Amino acid sequence: MQLEYTLQIADNALILGHRLSEWCGHGPILEQDIAITNIALDLIGQARSLYQYAAEVEGKGRTEDDLAYLRIGTQFRNTLLVEQPKGNFGTTIVRQFLFDAFHFAFYQELCNSKDETLAAVAKKSLKEVTYHLRFSSEWVIRLGDGTAESHEKMQTALNDLWAYTGELFKASDADQWALENGIGVDLEVVKKFWEEKVSEILKMATLEQPADGWMQTGGKQGRHTEHLGYILAEMQYLQRAYPGQEW
Amino acid sequence: MNNWPLWEVFLRSRQGLHHKHVGSLHAADEKMAIENARDVYTRRSEGVSIWVVESKHIHASSPDESEALYDPANDKVYRHPTFYDLPDEIKHM
Repeated sequence: MQLEYTLQIADNALILGHRLSEWCGHGPILEQDIAITNIALDLIGQARSLYQYAAEVEGKGRTEDDLAYLRIGTQFRNTLLVEQPKGNFGTTIVRQFLFDAFHFAFYQELCNSKDETLAAVAKKSLKEVTYHLRFSSEWVIRLGDGTAESHEKMQTALNDLWAYTGELFKASDADQWALENGIGVDLEVVKKFWEEKVSEILKMATLEQPADGWMQTGGKQGRHTEHLGYILAEMQYLQRAYPGQEW
Repeated sequence: MNNWPLWEVFLRSRQGLHHKHVGSLHAADEKMAIENARDVYTRRSEGVSIWVVESKHIHASSPDESEALYDPANDKVYRHPTFYDLPDEIKHM
C-alpha cells in the first residue's frame, strides 16, 4: 500500500510534467515557454525523488527508470486531470491551476506525514508548488478577465476539465490506508482549501464555476482516459525500443 | 502580445550587493515582468532580488557626446585616490 500511495503522488507529477514539456519550444512567448518548462522540470524532479523512494519501498531491485519507463498504462496511478491534452494555452493554464491548488494543499498536509521521506519530499516540493500556484492563478485571472476571446476560451477549458476535479478528492484504498496510518493526508482538508482557492480565483477572473455534476474517476485504480496511452508511447519509446539506453 | 512593453531586469545576486542589469524581456505589466524575470533570469540561482523598470523610463547618454562627456576625465589622474600610502593592516581598500 505504501508503494501504491507513493506511486499515486509520483505519477501525478511525472505525467503532468511530461504534458507541460510539450510546450517546450511552442510557448506563446519566450518568457512563458521558459516558465512552463521550469514547472515541468520541477514536477519531473519531484517524480524522480518519489520513484527512487517507491523503488526502495518495493525492495525488488527496480529503479526509478523502471517505474517511469517500463510500466504499462493500467499500472499508472495518476489522476485523469493531469493526462488531459494540452489544448490551447488557456486549457493548459486551467488544467495547471486546478491541479496546483490541489497539489499545494496536498503537499502542505503531507509535510506532517509520519513517513519521513514523504514529509521531506513534500517540504521541498511545497516551495516549488507555491510558485506554480501563483503563476497559474495569475494567468487564470489575466486570461479570464482579459479579452472576450480569452474569456471564452478559459470558460470552455474550465467547463471541459471540471469533470476531472472530483477524483482528486475521492480517496482510493491507498489514500485510505495512508490516512489511517498517519502517512497520508486527509483529502477532505485538501478539498476545503481547494474549493476556497478555486472559487476566489475564478471570481477574480470573472469565470463561472461549473456545477458539480458527474465526475470522472478511475485514474488512481489504473483506469485511464485514452490520452495516457499516447503519452506513454512517446515517453517510453526509447527505453522500449532500446532497453537500458543511457545518455 | 506583440505590443507588450519591454522591461529591463536588474538582479541582486547576493544580499549586500547592488542590483545589476542582466537583460530585458517583454511583459504586460510590472507583476508579469517580475514573474517572467524570475523564470528567465534566476533559473540557475543568479539572484535573491529582482528589479524591473520599463525600458522607456531609462534615459541614456548619447554615444555622439562621449568625447565631450568622458574624455576630459582621462588626464585627471589626481582624481584617483592612488597617491596615499595605505597601512598594511587595511585589507579591503
